[in-house]
Amino acid sequence: MSAAQDLDALYQEIILDHYKNPHGKGLREPAAAQRSADVHHVNPTCGDEITLRVHVEGEPGSERVADVSYDAVGCSISQASASVLHELLVGKTIDEAMNVHGEFLALMQGKGTVEPDEEVLEDGIAFAGVAKFPARVKCALLSWMAWKDATVQARG
Amino acid sequence: MISGLLPELEVIRKDFPILERTLAGGLPLVYLDSANTSQKPQVVIDTMVDHLERHNANIARAMHQLGAEATEAFETARDKVAAFIGAPERDEVIFTKNASEGLNLVANTLSFPGEHQLGPGDEVVITEMEHHSNIVPWQLVTQRTGATLRWFGVTDEGRLDLDRIDELINERTKVVSLTWVSNMLGTINPIAEIARKAHAVGAIVVVDASQAAPQLPIDLAAMPVEERPDLLVFTGHKVVGPTGIGVLWGSRAVLDTLPPFLGGGEMIETVRMEGSTFAGIPHKFEAGTPPIAEAVGLGAAVEYLGHIGLDAIHTHERAITGYALQGLATVPGLTVLGPLDPAERGGAISFELDGVHPHDVAQVLDSRGVAVRAGHHCAKPAHARFGVQSSTRMSSYLYTTPDEIDALVEALNYTRSYFKLG
Repeated sequence: MSAAQDLDALYQEIILDHYKNPHGKGLREPAAAQRSADVHHVNPTCGDEITLRVHVEGEPGSERVADVSYDAVGCSISQASASVLHELLVGKTIDEAMNVHGEFLALMQGKGTVEPDEEVLEDGIAFAGVAKFPARVKCALLSWMAWKDATVQARG
Repeated sequence: MISGLLPELEVIRKDFPILERTLAGGLPLVYLDSANTSQKPQVVIDTMVDHLERHNANIARAMHQLGAEATEAFETARDKVAAFIGAPERDEVIFTKNASEGLNLVANTLSFPGEHQLGPGDEVVITEMEHHSNIVPWQLVTQRTGATLRWFGVTDEGRLDLDRIDELINERTKVVSLTWVSNMLGTINPIAEIARKAHAVGAIVVVDASQAAPQLPIDLAAMPVEERPDLLVFTGHKVVGPTGIGVLWGSRAVLDTLPPFLGGGEMIETVRMEGSTFAGIPHKFEAGTPPIAEAVGLGAAVEYLGHIGLDAIHTHERAITGYALQGLATVPGLTVLGPLDPAERGGAISFELDGVHPHDVAQVLDSRGVAVRAGHHCAKPAHARFGVQSSTRMSSYLYTTPDEIDALVEALNYTRSYFKLG
């Protein structure tokens, strides 16, 4: 594959769209019935940062991701990834969301060998090309790692 | 034709085998990341290979012929480094692992009991434009000793803000540690003026020459003693030498008063179970087997630069930097961080491209064969000063051509179109 084709595989239109019009960006106050937890994650090698708040509601055992709100600075990959995370995980039960998280993690750590499941990952399949760029995998995973950390804390 | 370029640029480029390689898709390499690490000329590679193939032995302790040859090669490298920076005495040159180790050695030994030991009430002055390696060791040491860490701010133009110099450097100041050339802003700092002020209050002056040593002629012995740093560090891999080797130069007067840093082999005079006495400089600060082949490689590197001439290299860098500043000014939405006059700056130019994050800029440039650095360049406070989280940095060196700058500008315009900006 040429460098130009690799570049197009990295910067899928879906990623650039999410970068320009991010879903769910901004920190929001949790509603009265919601529990929440904030985390701040950084990518020390490049300086990308995210403050992410998970809003959880429902009874223990059947909790849902009511919202994921975040402030972030970083590259197109890290910003688009947070946007896709918001789109994919909000509304799901935490168990369902953890499953999606696992699929996304497997895709990103697969070095380009994992065939993504569009049923599960939806727009997230656009990140398949990122997995071939080891230096950018951390960009794509920044918000996802923050989400997992915050969710574990919010669950208590 | 741009004036000031090295006259035999094409010949010099042939000294660097890596410049002939191609990247994915057969693209030529446009290496504009020399402030990160420089490329190596054949003579450095050959010297290191020859040392390992023919002269390898431990130094200063092997009583055989190879040991004598290795010791001779290592100590000759010290002579070459001493000549490169105009050290008043060759024994004032100490080999370290890199510039960071040199700065940590200085900061730590200044926290140990001794004539210069830092304590509560003492002040250490650094600057907002330092590399993390000249910030963090001082934070650690001032926290540990109770001394106070202070710093020069940076003006909007990317220069040190010297308005408060008389307040910042005062009778409580024990150390002033600053970079000669900023790795992010490119700024060349007024070392002589600051050293004069610092010495007037009896402070020790430490200079991080990591970015200066590659491109500015340094002649320590020629500097008036009140303007001369007391300690100066740089790293080998930015002066066309190998990684794993750096240099700490210090005046004998200061080095003799600093206690040892690492203890071990070769740094001692004698060892008894009850206590030890220590070797004189440079060995006092070179515990353990040093990076021998790397030192020998560094000797070849600084000798190579010396043959070309640091004045000529500096003129070349200034010419390329001026050409690059002109070229970058033609790219819509591009803002250079740091001084815009090539006479006042080194060959590292950091910039922002409106609407495209630096990592994305670097990625698209890489797909065109143009290697730059993106990120905070280990200078997060300097970035914060300009309200940015990261930047893209191009950095040239003696092998950089105007054509490569053209390729950069072309690739930046391509980046804008790739991200569909105006």
